Amino acid sequence: MADLRVKIGQLDLKNPVMTASGTFGYGEEFSDFFDISRLGGYIVKGTTLAPRQGNAYPRMAETPAGMLNAVGLQNKGVHYFADEIYPRLKDIDSHLIVNVSGSAIEDYVACTEKIAELEKVTAIELNISCPNVKQGGMAFGTCASSAGDIVRAVRKVYPKTLIVKLSPNVTDITEIARAAEAEGADSVSLINTLLGMAIDADKRRPVLSTVTGGLSGPCVKPVALRMVWQTARAVKIPVIGLGGIMNWKDAVEFLLAGATAIQIGTANFIDPEVTIKTIDGINEYLNKNGYSSVSKIIGALEI
Amino acid sequence: MDLSVTENSSLNENCFLLKLTSDQKLPDMLPGQFAEIKVEGSPPTFLRRPISINNYCTETNELWLLVQKAGDGTRTMGNLKKSDTLNLIFPLGNSFSFPENNSKSVLLVGGGIGTAPMLFWGKYLKEKGYSPNFLLGARSASDLLQLDDLNQYGTVYTTTEDGSYGEKGLVTQHSILQDKNFGFIYACGPKPMMVAVARYAKTRSVPCEVSLENTMACGFGVCLCCVENTVNGHICVCTEGPVFNINELLWQI
Repeated sequence: MADLRVKIGQLDLKNPVMTASGTFGYGEEFSDFFDISRLGGYIVKGTTLAPRQGNAYPRMAETPAGMLNAVGLQNKGVHYFADEIYPRLKDIDSHLIVNVSGSAIEDYVACTEKIAELEKVTAIELNISCPNVKQGGMAFGTCASSAGDIVRAVRKVYPKTLIVKLSPNVTDITEIARAAEAEGADSVSLINTLLGMAIDADKRRPVLSTVTGGLSGPCVKPVALRMVWQTARAVKIPVIGLGGIMNWKDAVEFLLAGATAIQIGTANFIDPEVTIKTIDGINEYLNKNGYSSVSKIIGALEI
Repeated sequence: MDLSVTENSSLNENCFLLKLTSDQKLPDMLPGQFAEIKVEGSPPTFLRRPISINNYCTETNELWLLVQKAGDGTRTMGNLKKSDTLNLIFPLGNSFSFPENNSKSVLLVGGGIGTAPMLFWGKYLKEKGYSPNFLLGARSASDLLQLDDLNQYGTVYTTTEDGSYGEKGLVTQHSILQDKNFGFIYACGPKPMMVAVARYAKTRSVPCEVSLENTMACGFGVCLCCVENTVNGHICVCTEGPVFNINELLWQI
């Protein structure tokens, strides 16, 4: 067994495999399929200060090798999470990470303050990249100065590990990553979904109620891989790679590109056990190639 | 869970009946529930396909799926042969509920492929001492499926749009709706049909449940794509449905 441990901020992860927010519910939905304490960490769904109903149906369109979603951060709010969900999750032996979203800086800060009270939530992932909300969300993450502002504000109230989730819908993602790093982020995770759209030719209408939505799945993997590679070279903090990872091989590619850990998202919908298979697959890859630990392949891409 | 195909029979040009089994005992399942199917060999089919459970035979340890070829995924499934393997996540979702009142006469309405869950539900109701009446609507005689199977469990009434079998017209125009009274109505089919059935039930104060098929990505409550707007807000059809009482829905009925 190779040493799979990696470090993100103050977190010692037992392996580099985590679940991406919005694709893993609160984790409990997967307990019929596998033991979630095997995960390096699990990021529960986007949580906002106030409850959100999300966008109108239809919210999903299947695409070649992927899907578009326009869920719009439907969740019952941070207080519901703290009171009803957290007590059920707190004893699971894995890192519980909450994805914090909002539409104004004050909301992000207030939501973070509430999360900071929860002892067993060991990190937050600041979502400045949701493409499906009218205000805030991605708007914060597409400009280096507003990204910096929000990271600074949240950093002040959050002493634990702060991960910032970046949007790919920018000209230069490394600029945003550097802004987050400069304001004290412990890590950046990328990529969130790519803005896209789908049209029903017969009806001459958009498929999604919001017209545009976020594209995910293997179709975005080359873009994600490129951005992870660029970002890992541009910042000193660890990068968490995600975008279209469907199996251990995809995960290894992200590690080679410079990601210290990875997240699996859309693939959870198709194979609920994909994360476990990925952990086992990374281990086998390391053993087969004579690496004693996963850290040996992080950023080991030969060019 | 991987199941193996015991039979794949074509019922008409567009629909086929897939019978599946396993060496292990299949998990208990209820009428109204569905399975999420991984289709192999269909590159355009990225996500699993949700298909309602058509029948569950405990004696033969068989699960039946009645499938309409709607796209490449379901067409590819149509090519499955005996002993082929298919990966399913099941059973998913809630189920139909028994009538709260003492009425034993219930109506199960199926439009097109929407008849799929009604065979299993009719069989179940019959076993519990109810008298199911099936009302099926289709375009044409060849689109009326599994009539012999349904006849074993209750009385079958039919309509076809072209009049080639049963009464001519839509299910909601069938004379039985004027002639008989029912203690509970269950419907599955195209949305306009379900809305019309719901309106009929509401007018007569008959309790009514409908089975929805909103587009979904996962099937087990994590993607939040298949939501229906209800009196309780946006809720997932895959976990809190697919069966809903019409009083929960915000349909214009």
